[in-house]
Amino acid sequence: MVAVALKGLAGRKFRASLTALAVVLGVAMISGTYVLTDTINNGFDTIFTQSYKNADVIISGKAAFENVEGNGVETPSFPESILTKVRALPDVAVAEGSVTSDQVRMLKKNGKVVDTGGAPPLGFSVDPRFQRFNPTELTAGEWPRGPGQVAIDNHTADANGYKVGDAIGVQSNGAAKQFRITGIAKFSGVSSTGGATFALFAPKTAQELFGKVGQLDLIRIQSKAGVSTNKLVSQIKPLLPTTATVRNAEQQVKEDKKSLGSFIDFLQYALLAFAGIALFVGSFVIANTLSITIAQRTREFATLRTIGASRRQVLWSVVLEALIVGLVASIVGLFLGLGLAKVLNRLFVAVGIDLPQGNTVFATRTIIVSILVGTVITLVASLRPARRATRVPPIAAVREGSVLPESRWAKYGPVTALVVLLVAIALVCVGALASSLPTATQLLAIGLGVLLLFFGVSMNAARVVRPLAAVLGAPARSIGGAPGILARDNATRNPARTASTASALMIGLALVTFVAIFGQGLRASFEDAVNKLFIADYALTSTGNFQPISAKAGESLVGKPGASLVSPIRAGSARFLGSVHDISGVQANIPETVHLDWKQGNDSVPGKLGSNGFFTSSKYADDHDLHVGSPVSVQFPAGERVKLRLRGTYEEPKGGSPFGDAVISTTLFDKHNPRPQDLMVLVNTPDGVSDANTATLEDGVRGFADAKIQTRGEFIKTSEEPINRLLNLLYVLLALSVIVSLFGIVNTLVLTVFERTRELGMLRAVGMTRRQTRMMIRYESIVTALMGAALGIAVGTFLAALVIHALSGEGLVFSFPVMTIVYFVLAAIVVGILAAILPARRAARLNVLEALQYE
Amino acid sequence: MSESIAAPATQVADDATTGPVVEAHQLTRRYGEGDTAVDALRGVDLEVERGKLTAVMGPSGSGKSTLMHILAALDKPTDGYVVLAGTKLGELGDTEITKLRRKHIGFIFQFFNLLPMLTAEENILLPTTISGEKPDKDWFEGLMKTVGLQDRRTHRPAELSGGQQQRVAIARALVSRPTVVFADEPTGNLDSKTSEEILELMRNSVDSYGQTTVMVTHDPRAAAIADRILFLADGLIVRDMPRSEPSAVIAAMDELGAD
Repeated sequence: MVAVALKGLAGRKFRASLTALAVVLGVAMISGTYVLTDTINNGFDTIFTQSYKNADVIISGKAAFENVEGNGVETPSFPESILTKVRALPDVAVAEGSVTSDQVRMLKKNGKVVDTGGAPPLGFSVDPRFQRFNPTELTAGEWPRGPGQVAIDNHTADANGYKVGDAIGVQSNGAAKQFRITGIAKFSGVSSTGGATFALFAPKTAQELFGKVGQLDLIRIQSKAGVSTNKLVSQIKPLLPTTATVRNAEQQVKEDKKSLGSFIDFLQYALLAFAGIALFVGSFVIANTLSITIAQRTREFATLRTIGASRRQVLWSVVLEALIVGLVASIVGLFLGLGLAKVLNRLFVAVGIDLPQGNTVFATRTIIVSILVGTVITLVASLRPARRATRVPPIAAVREGSVLPESRWAKYGPVTALVVLLVAIALVCVGALASSLPTATQLLAIGLGVLLLFFGVSMNAARVVRPLAAVLGAPARSIGGAPGILARDNATRNPARTASTASALMIGLALVTFVAIFGQGLRASFEDAVNKLFIADYALTSTGNFQPISAKAGESLVGKPGASLVSPIRAGSARFLGSVHDISGVQANIPETVHLDWKQGNDSVPGKLGSNGFFTSSKYADDHDLHVGSPVSVQFPAGERVKLRLRGTYEEPKGGSPFGDAVISTTLFDKHNPRPQDLMVLVNTPDGVSDANTATLEDGVRGFADAKIQTRGEFIKTSEEPINRLLNLLYVLLALSVIVSLFGIVNTLVLTVFERTRELGMLRAVGMTRRQTRMMIRYESIVTALMGAALGIAVGTFLAALVIHALSGEGLVFSFPVMTIVYFVLAAIVVGILAAILPARRAARLNVLEALQYE
Repeated sequence: MSESIAAPATQVADDATTGPVVEAHQLTRRYGEGDTAVDALRGVDLEVERGKLTAVMGPSGSGKSTLMHILAALDKPTDGYVVLAGTKLGELGDTEITKLRRKHIGFIFQFFNLLPMLTAEENILLPTTISGEKPDKDWFEGLMKTVGLQDRRTHRPAELSGGQQQRVAIARALVSRPTVVFADEPTGNLDSKTSEEILELMRNSVDSYGQTTVMVTHDPRAAAIADRILFLADGLIVRDMPRSEPSAVIAAMDELGAD
């Protein structure tokens, strides 16, 4: 029987590969995700490990706290004198001190900043005398040795046409300065450092450029032979101030990895989620393809039964087939994933996430998970069709037609379908609206509910196939004439089959619609907030949207004739009331550029903050039971503590504000942040927005290559770019599921063409042309795709409306992106046309005579 | 996937056992309900003799196919019962019927019902493959010779003519030496020359192997090879003829006023 099943599979290679395609893509996504994230992790590992090569012990700056999600926390530097003390220790063989910065922007030849796509523009000192510690290696030229000299990374050099001997602008902690390129370097052991750039300087030059004269960020130490690392660490510890710490190299690597946070894990889970969606859609396609194939093999199963095959043997022969198809598809998907990893990385680079790449990692875990998941999904999807195959009665061997018998439960079908749908809706509603439940329970209810909702809609879809076909098929009829009418009727001939084919597409379109509406909501609430708050003429920001810009850029505008008022918003971190928060610094003039809706106090508050006052949003104040005059102890990154008093509260727009949880004066902010940075600087001009004023201001910040002058409208537009890019990324990732469902339509149509061979022959015999035959199949495909689109858009809109309603407290508003949805419908039509190409060609190619004799 | 739920194949035409192989008692079969109900069988009693070829004839709609389906355990009677090889069919579950099929029943179909991806030899051996038995080598080789397919062993059905396909089907029905072979219009899909060859082969299998066979047909020439011809009309056996010439069969059919 095993041999029979295998032979059967071999005899239906084409149909089997149609089934397999649905799994291949999902598995490729799993494998691609693992390969990509492992390769990125490997890249970071190599970078971190290389950074401390040959070092036994590392001294580094220590911030009082970390802020993983909000503004960065600048790690404080420590005095250079520590290096002298360390070198004096008897157990130290070699010690090298260096300074580092993640704010060293190199300029292109046209004076614009080299875009790092969100990655840090790194800079550090190298001392050629300590090559053993140097994580980089030269690819051309030599190391920088004196003032005005720099070595730059090979990627920046290649991308911008820089060669040894060229002049390059470098900007760090102030206006850009000119340097001479002495060498091109690369990070040892990684194929790409992602978007991150690096510039290398001689120690003294680096200290001056980074604003760290007399200070160090890092000391790498090699101990004398035979000295234990622990012993050395304990010798160094007493020498250090509170802003520095000592670790062995291994611990330091671990510590550096922590700085990545859970970003790569998050990336991995997110991508796996999309793989999961593709596989979920794939399982619909497999189940549908298999049940059609099995219906077509009714006579074969019945014959097997008449010559003595038991139900179990029939079941196993189908399951075995699925097992092999799943296994082969998974293996193909696994290797396809290697290529997909590269495509995914390109995709991320395109949306501005450019991460380092080590050597490609193809882990055992990747292989096991990919093959296991792909095979199990196929197997599970085959169970229902396999069970139906066992119900084929032997008498079907002597009867015409290929209709599977109904299940014992068939009469409860409509009720079950309705119950599933209602339970799903209830679960989603509970999850989205019952805010009294714990968040985890809510998310679980939504997740389960959405899953069940897809099943529920798909189970009920068969009943709306006829009315939907009547509406959606109407154009086909008027455009297509007879083939159009036949196509519409064909689509309704087996409503269950059409419904489950369309359901696969529904899932993808529902998610895409959800994303579109949700994104529209995000944009709308952001725009609302900006329109409420932003009353200045111009905003000065960094070219990298939400990256901060050195405070010196804004300061350079003060007193310039074009700028009548310059109002900076500093951004930093501080710890108060038990946790780390974003904190902002403003000046007395902020009410003239930002509309503050005061709850307590008035526009005079910012002017009275002085060295011990702050204001906050009324929400934060209420949540933490703060009143005007309440004292709050605030700790800055370098560890200093200051007691502040609340001076006022303002109503924060639901779409957010540029302020952190505490707003203090720039005077106080700058006292505790040696190299202060602005989130933005708001600027008023004597006579409002005009081309002349824009030009004057742009001229004013000319020295700062990363500075950008924007009006309110421009600010909204550029600020929305990240949202739009994220949406586009989500669309692309969801497109994978749509492609899987496209294969589902192809499968159904191809199998339908097999099934209707005799009928197609008859139609051709009575005068249907090849072209009309193709049209008929194409229209049927489009009608099916449009059904999927209609269901998907309805489900997606429902889910989005629900979630947005639940989040309306966060300022999200429901807004239907009509044009986007129109594009989705057009995309569905394209899917229908593409899906029909192969089946239509097969149908048109049929030999009329042979087709008529086909059984 | 092999399962050994079947006992070894019994000897065809076991001389130790006598008496009928298949008995039907007052079989009725009603399709549908109420006003639209159709009575396909209206009380058929029947005994199929061991080692003989019994033909069931009748015009379309006479109930002959229904009768065979019920005798072969493919369908269940509305009333009455069938005893096949000493077992009362109505009381059996799916597993027991499967066992019974493996041991006692062979099928020959109008449309051959071969598995397209298997070779002729594999198709013939399929019943033993399914039951997990070892095929009897000598018996199988003899069978191949009898049906004349020695040089077509590795051909697939698509590469065989209709007559050759039906030969494969006959060999498949005989391979496990079932107690009774049921043939459903075995010549219904063949031209007259090929039909003759197939009928000769079937007659031969009864004569040489003593294979009990029940054949449903509406072809008088097919019926003419039978040892006994039962005529069905309107769900009842109306005539029971011994072996006759085709002309006599045609005359009998004319008397029934049909075909």
